[in-house]
Amino acid sequence: MIAEIGHFALILAFLTAIVQGSLPMIGAHRSNAAWMALARPASVAQLLFIVVAFAALMYGFVVSDFSIKNVADNSNSAMPMLYKVSSTWGSHEGSLVLWVLILALFGAIVAVSGGNLPPSLRTRVLGVQAWIAVGFLSFSLLTSNPFLRLDPAPLDGRSLNPLLQDPGMAYHPPFLYVGYVGFSMAFSFAVAALIEGRVDAAWARWVRPWTLAAWSFLTLGIGMGSWWAYYELGWGGFWFWDPVENSSFMPWLAGTALLHSAIVCEKRNALKSWTILLAIVTFSLSLLGTFLVRSGVLTSVHAFATDPARGAFILGFLVLVIGGSLTLYAIRAPLLKGGGLFAPISREGALVLNNLLLTTACATVFLGTLYPLFLDTFGGGKVSVGPPFFNATFGPLMVPVIAIAAIGPLLPWKRADLAGVIGRLKLALVVALAISFLAWYLTTGSVPSWAPLGMGLAAWLFVGSLVEFAERIKLFRLPAVKSWNRARHLPRSAYGMTMAHCGVALVLAGIIGSQAWQVETIRVMAPGDSVEMAGYEFAFRGVRQLKGPNYNIDRGEFVVTRGGVPVTRLFPEKRFYPVQQVLTTEAAIHTTWIADLYVAIDESRAAAGEGDGSWSIRIYYNPLVPWIWLGAVIMMLGGLVSLSDRRLRVGAPRRAKSRAPEIPSPQPA
Amino acid sequence: MKLKRKHRRLVFVVAGMTSLLIAAGLVLNAFEDNLVFFYTPSDLVEKDITEGRRFRLGGLVEEGSENRLDDGLTVEFTVTDLTATIPVIYRGPLPDLFREGQGVVTEGKMVNGVFIADSVLAKHDENYMPPEVAEALKASGQWQGDGSE
Repeated sequence: MIAEIGHFALILAFLTAIVQGSLPMIGAHRSNAAWMALARPASVAQLLFIVVAFAALMYGFVVSDFSIKNVADNSNSAMPMLYKVSSTWGSHEGSLVLWVLILALFGAIVAVSGGNLPPSLRTRVLGVQAWIAVGFLSFSLLTSNPFLRLDPAPLDGRSLNPLLQDPGMAYHPPFLYVGYVGFSMAFSFAVAALIEGRVDAAWARWVRPWTLAAWSFLTLGIGMGSWWAYYELGWGGFWFWDPVENSSFMPWLAGTALLHSAIVCEKRNALKSWTILLAIVTFSLSLLGTFLVRSGVLTSVHAFATDPARGAFILGFLVLVIGGSLTLYAIRAPLLKGGGLFAPISREGALVLNNLLLTTACATVFLGTLYPLFLDTFGGGKVSVGPPFFNATFGPLMVPVIAIAAIGPLLPWKRADLAGVIGRLKLALVVALAISFLAWYLTTGSVPSWAPLGMGLAAWLFVGSLVEFAERIKLFRLPAVKSWNRARHLPRSAYGMTMAHCGVALVLAGIIGSQAWQVETIRVMAPGDSVEMAGYEFAFRGVRQLKGPNYNIDRGEFVVTRGGVPVTRLFPEKRFYPVQQVLTTEAAIHTTWIADLYVAIDESRAAAGEGDGSWSIRIYYNPLVPWIWLGAVIMMLGGLVSLSDRRLRVGAPRRAKSRAPEIPSPQPA
Repeated sequence: MKLKRKHRRLVFVVAGMTSLLIAAGLVLNAFEDNLVFFYTPSDLVEKDITEGRRFRLGGLVEEGSENRLDDGLTVEFTVTDLTATIPVIYRGPLPDLFREGQGVVTEGKMVNGVFIADSVLAKHDENYMPPEVAEALKASGQWQGDGSE
């Protein structure tokens, strides 16, 4: 009964979305206020219906109603409650309902709190949102109905894929989706602006918070995904340039470019049509990501069982959305006249360069991800494009992006003196060179030559960002109290930028550190054996059998000492899920925040007739790896701090009659 | 530096073209070295595959073929598409979902008629058959599945 209510609510939401997408849009076209006014209550109603549907589905999982096919396929009565709840979006069908839930939530936020938006723009934004919802709801209802019944109902369910029964994976998809769907707001604003034929600084300021929020959550979502891969796959790696990873990374790259170009749009009234195009591209890449993950057209280590009918549907939807919006763009973009002029060497210039490089880097990831598909479609044979390709293309393109990220914020708008700015970064340059030298000098083994230079680049960005911040508050040039006062009155977006850039520097240092200085050993160990690695001694104490809530555990025990002083005890696990006959690896990790000690147990030698309790064991020493996630969290927090900036919350968004008022940026003397 | 609007635009167009050219160069260079082709055991028997080039080999792990060597880390198994078979040697941890009779994709090089693999791909789903493997089995006329996953 509850499931039928959910199904019915989903259908009602679908019908509401059709109404919301058509009547108010016609009203906006004819300037009919009554029809336009329909958009706001409709989006609230749509949200309510989807909340009912989502709650009904979640209820089915919580009470383990195995007469619902989706529940029977993805849940099991022995699963802990957390994973019963997270199975709601762990399956393809459920994840779609989560997607439309977030979409409707964002739409309703615009409807309720968008009082300062011009009515026609608000109506059109909600209209475009409604059409996206129609697309996803019909996808859900026609090809992936989460409420299908089974008759007779099975006694127990098949359980959620054990690899996904993990706290990291329970929260990872919602964050990713908030990111994807957040970009749909930027897309809706872009399409609405194209229909209206008007883009100005106020428009950019309305779009910016959505982009910021989407970007922050996507950053966190990707970070969580890679953290999950790091400890759950047990390979000691955190990023595999896998199609599924790439499909969340491409919208992130385009979204990062959008974040930066929207600043130029807002502050200088320039790069308007480029910003619109980026908004369209970013959301299109989010859709493409969904298509790649759900259609199974690409071989991926993350590939889930898929259904060709679904792939065809998303592909059609994709063609409609991308084709339609780009056609609209081609027709309307020439109307958007460029505003502020600027010299190539200026803050705008730096941001343009950032955009060019980020989009180019995004294009190389796109090419590497989809090339096997193209080649296969045109009968060129089956190929795969592995990490070496991405390291060789993406890596070099990121070097100038990061180098410029330290310089750009110090450049004044319009035109700048590059030599003078680099002069002010002397400190960063000295630190960068010192770190490079130190990294090279302290390395005893062989290490790729780019690694010390990369560490220097990370230091350059980190120190450069702090120098820029120190200059803003005139640290050490004014008395400390005055600097403190300046710091207190600095806009939050300034803090956000410094944090985000420092976060990027930390991520970079973590990636390079772990790639270049990782130490790995694979060997068979019997209880009582010990192995020395990177100054630590790992003593193996054997493996014990335990029972988890819905799995059996082989738990190894290692005592780690350093020069005889105990450091920690590590308990890597191998879990066996009897319902699905699946083994999973739980690596044990001890972090010193400078490095991770990482241990995974692989296989008992007992199967091979060796009854002495020996196991094959992998131990990694991963330097700087924790900085990757620390950096990602700092980036996300930077985004959220920037989001709380006063001018995004209060008063400011009013359409200017002529040119947008310029925000005075502190010009360093 | 005073530039006309047209000239300023030119600067950005040139910058854009340059970055695209650099990217194209990087991509072509990387493609040359890093494209990894996929072959089935039958392909390897029919065609003459140059030794030393990396490629992927996919098929089923033959029943009863898995054999651990004495060092406890090196494993031998045979990959088959039920028409031809290729022996594989791999040193390292096997993915959790590796099993005899199941689909597998390995990556490495051919040395003296033996495939020396340096990675064995894992799947997140125990029912999942790599599409290449499914197709290879269909090509050799041995496919038993219903054609969809």
